[in-house]
Amino acid sequence: MAPKAGISERISIGVLALQGDVEEHIAAMRRAGVSAVGVKTRADLARVDGLIVPGGESTTVMKLLARFELGKPLQDRVRAGLPLWGTCMGTIVVAREVVGLEQPTLGLIDIAVRRNAFGRQNDSAEVALPIPVLGAEPFPAIFIRAPWIERQGRDVQSLAERDGHSVMVRERNVLCTSFHPELTADTRVHEYFLSMVLEASEASRAAGIGNRRDVA
Amino acid sequence: MTETGTITVKRGLAQMLKGGVIMDVVTPEQAAIAQDAGAVAVMALERIPADIRADGGVARMSNLELVQSIMDAVTIPVMAKVRIGHFAEAQALQALGVDFIDESEVLTPADEKYHVSKHLFTTPFVCGARDLGEALRRIAEGAAMIRSKGEAGSGNIVEAVRHMRSIRDAIKELTVVPEEELTARARDLGAPLELVREAARAGRLPVVLFCAGGVSTPADAALMMQLGAEGIFVGSGIFKSNSPKAFAKAIVDATTHFEDPNVIVAASKSLGKGAQAMAGIDLRNLPESELLASRGN
Repeated sequence: MAPKAGISERISIGVLALQGDVEEHIAAMRRAGVSAVGVKTRADLARVDGLIVPGGESTTVMKLLARFELGKPLQDRVRAGLPLWGTCMGTIVVAREVVGLEQPTLGLIDIAVRRNAFGRQNDSAEVALPIPVLGAEPFPAIFIRAPWIERQGRDVQSLAERDGHSVMVRERNVLCTSFHPELTADTRVHEYFLSMVLEASEASRAAGIGNRRDVA
Repeated sequence: MTETGTITVKRGLAQMLKGGVIMDVVTPEQAAIAQDAGAVAVMALERIPADIRADGGVARMSNLELVQSIMDAVTIPVMAKVRIGHFAEAQALQALGVDFIDESEVLTPADEKYHVSKHLFTTPFVCGARDLGEALRRIAEGAAMIRSKGEAGSGNIVEAVRHMRSIRDAIKELTVVPEEELTARARDLGAPLELVREAARAGRLPVVLFCAGGVSTPADAALMMQLGAEGIFVGSGIFKSNSPKAFAKAIVDATTHFEDPNVIVAASKSLGKGAQAMAGIDLRNLPESELLASRGN
């Protein structure tokens, strides 16, 4: 699953850079052998082949997406097939709904999330998490005021569970982890997402349509 | 294996706050206004620094009922302050369940010599610093986040600029210092060699660095972000202005797009014609005894 050489020339990974641990994801992608860029504007968004929504505060980022008119173009691109990976906050931002709160979300994956499900900061923890799709070695998962996935649609695949709740899910081109792979040296989830981006970009190339949009 | 209170999860929460604004609030209503404006966290206080400065007397940890009511009012992380060295106040805040503890010079120090040993806590700490040595000493004691001290409640950005430049310039200098000089540098900084070496190698602090103390306008926030702050604390600047909602939102926008002057223009204009930032103090007229930043070292 290790990314091939020269991958950076073929695909461009973006990290939504309105607020949160953007640099940590860029650094983790660098460790996985790929360069990534911050995405702050619609023009930035149009240039990427895969988008990471990092850790941060979901109420803050939802407001900034609306104020700077980035939410709608982001929804359009992901619905057209752009691979997206949300970590912690990112999971909340792209979910269909937040349980028990009237918090707006982008509705890009059929899951209902519970915020701060494991508790407040004193309950934030490092957990050796089995993720079969990444191999036998458990993943050093870092949960910070993390959500869990309380309900998921039929087409959503659960890739890892903690205490009986899904904490890593995928539905087609959308991947969510309620923990923070970018805070560890282990790049397996970043590589997993890269393989999703490569697949999508090769598929669209084969079909003769560019997934990347021209800058408006 | 499930491990809580590790350095990684403590520093990690600070990393999640990056690029955001943390606002001082004294009521649950203010906390809701802050969250609605896009704050990434709130600092629950009895009195904002400008009022502590005006009232005088001893400033202590806030009433815990008040802190609890603010925790109940918002979904974003809640921070609260303890006096420098007052580990029993910190134990109480940890037991209450706040998300971050600020060991703060804004309150009257409880210990003139020693800070809290922050490694002993599950709850992460943020501490103020005026220079690199002070920042690294606090990190050695277990701080998971550093903020420039600035001069709280002054409405004057000059001290925050001085402290941010001092920290950033000292790190930049360390990155080009030959290995054999690092021990002497550590001695001069009054900081552990291991942390000095780490800062020299990485070209940054091992924890997140925010700006605090004097931010009162969108342009102040943009200035501090361009000087290398990774996020902004706003104390008196919001609820001492004549339009807290508008100021809160405008400072959030300016912090997000700090490198885009057009956004600063729009944010500043959004305040309206009658907008007035807090009055502020010319610090040159303030006697040394009234400066908060010199508390703790």
